[in-house]
Amino acid sequence: MDWNLVISSLGPLWGGALLGTIPLSLASFALGLVLALLLALARMSSIVPLAALARLIISIVRGTPMLVQLFVIFYGLPSIGVVLPPWPSAIIALSINVGGYAAEVIRAAILSVPAGQWEAGYTVGMSRVTTLRRVILPQAARVSVPPLSNTFISLVKDTSLAATILVTELFREAQRIAAFSNEFMLIYIEAAAIYWIICLVLSTAQGRIEKRLDRYVAHA
Amino acid sequence: MSPTPESASAPLLRTTGLRKSFGSLEVLKGIDLAVPRGRVLVLIGPSGSGKTTVLRSLNALEVPDAGVIELEGEALDFAAPASKKERQRQRETLRDASGMVFQHYNLFPHRTVLQNVTEGPIVVQGRPRAEAEAEATSLLERVGLGDKRDVYPFQLSGGQQQRVGIVRALALKPKLLLFDEPTSALDPEIVGDVLTIMKQLAEEGWTMVVVTHELGFAREVADEVLFLDGGVIVERGAPQQLLRDPRQPRTRAFLDRLLRPLD
Repeated sequence: MDWNLVISSLGPLWGGALLGTIPLSLASFALGLVLALLLALARMSSIVPLAALARLIISIVRGTPMLVQLFVIFYGLPSIGVVLPPWPSAIIALSINVGGYAAEVIRAAILSVPAGQWEAGYTVGMSRVTTLRRVILPQAARVSVPPLSNTFISLVKDTSLAATILVTELFREAQRIAAFSNEFMLIYIEAAAIYWIICLVLSTAQGRIEKRLDRYVAHA
Repeated sequence: MSPTPESASAPLLRTTGLRKSFGSLEVLKGIDLAVPRGRVLVLIGPSGSGKTTVLRSLNALEVPDAGVIELEGEALDFAAPASKKERQRQRETLRDASGMVFQHYNLFPHRTVLQNVTEGPIVVQGRPRAEAEAEATSLLERVGLGDKRDVYPFQLSGGQQQRVGIVRALALKPKLLLFDEPTSALDPEIVGDVLTIMKQLAEEGWTMVVVTHELGFAREVADEVLFLDGGVIVERGAPQQLLRDPRQPRTRAFLDRLLRPLD
């Protein structure tokens, strides 16, 4: 094994993770969650066209490959005059994806809060929006941490697709180093190890958040 | 003690011809009732009689299809077509005037006992935190839960949770207290604690509407008892008369079943 290559490649690979993969994941997850909440609320809306539109968007996002979505945005949109640089294209595609998947998670979590909680909010004088914000969403958040963590971990791995539209991140760095060193096995396993480490950290964080949000629940 | 005659001071709340259907099922078929200030109205009746729906109409958890609810002389007409905004205003008027105690408590599980009580006063009524907390604490002490203010609801027994539910309603300083079978989910030996608190509230002059199966409470505390069946008020009267000597055979049959379930 070429230890010199292992050591000299660590810098660029971690650089790709810290400057590409991780910020791309965080930005897309944050934007994606906002989109997901809006889609979830729209789907539950009593305004029929709005609910139908949300359903359609969710269906398209979940029913088409992310690589295709990425290519439509980065290579397709320029032909109708919309030219977006690699980073914004990647963030848009990844956020839309998180939005589509997390919308269903958030919707299910909101529906899992008993109707009596809405009524309790109303009877202390809260409006629908205040009840949602102060009573329903905090309880929905607890339920949705495990599935949303899955979404986040998938997202971290999906950011590697951004390499195909020229975003400099972990996987693109790995491709570059592998190409000139010809050590494909070594470099790609190294890249895989770094993805794995990031996901391990996320799983640990998930455990802590779950524990914190569980403080008001009885344990058998 | 007899129910106040109509000629006395205007009631706090009065309903005229309340109607409500769920799909094709008509659950309220014209309910007329009046709650004088400082009095206790008890609704009894078999399940499905509409008594809970009546109660839930009084704070617009169910919006009646027809009828008028008059609150302190202001008439809220539910039959007339109304804009979304107007319906919203009707709901707010009723909810601002009332506090509700639920059968299953419906405490906020993610908030401490104190936060459950102060949520309405602080977030909705915009009262200063220190004042709201001091008041909540003294109310909690009154019902024997002074030492529980910082625990979460799951750490309390059913009876304790229901006492928090009552305090949460009281903290809003409502004109009207609504109780929806407040003791039905409790262990029998705890029921008395909750009823005792409710009796004290009645003695202090709170205006209350109570849906319950506790006939002892109705006999001792109610100023008027309504017996509902099939979405109509079958009989109304002072508790001594209605519970001891009902005029209607349906009332008599219901009370017999409640008192002698095995016959």
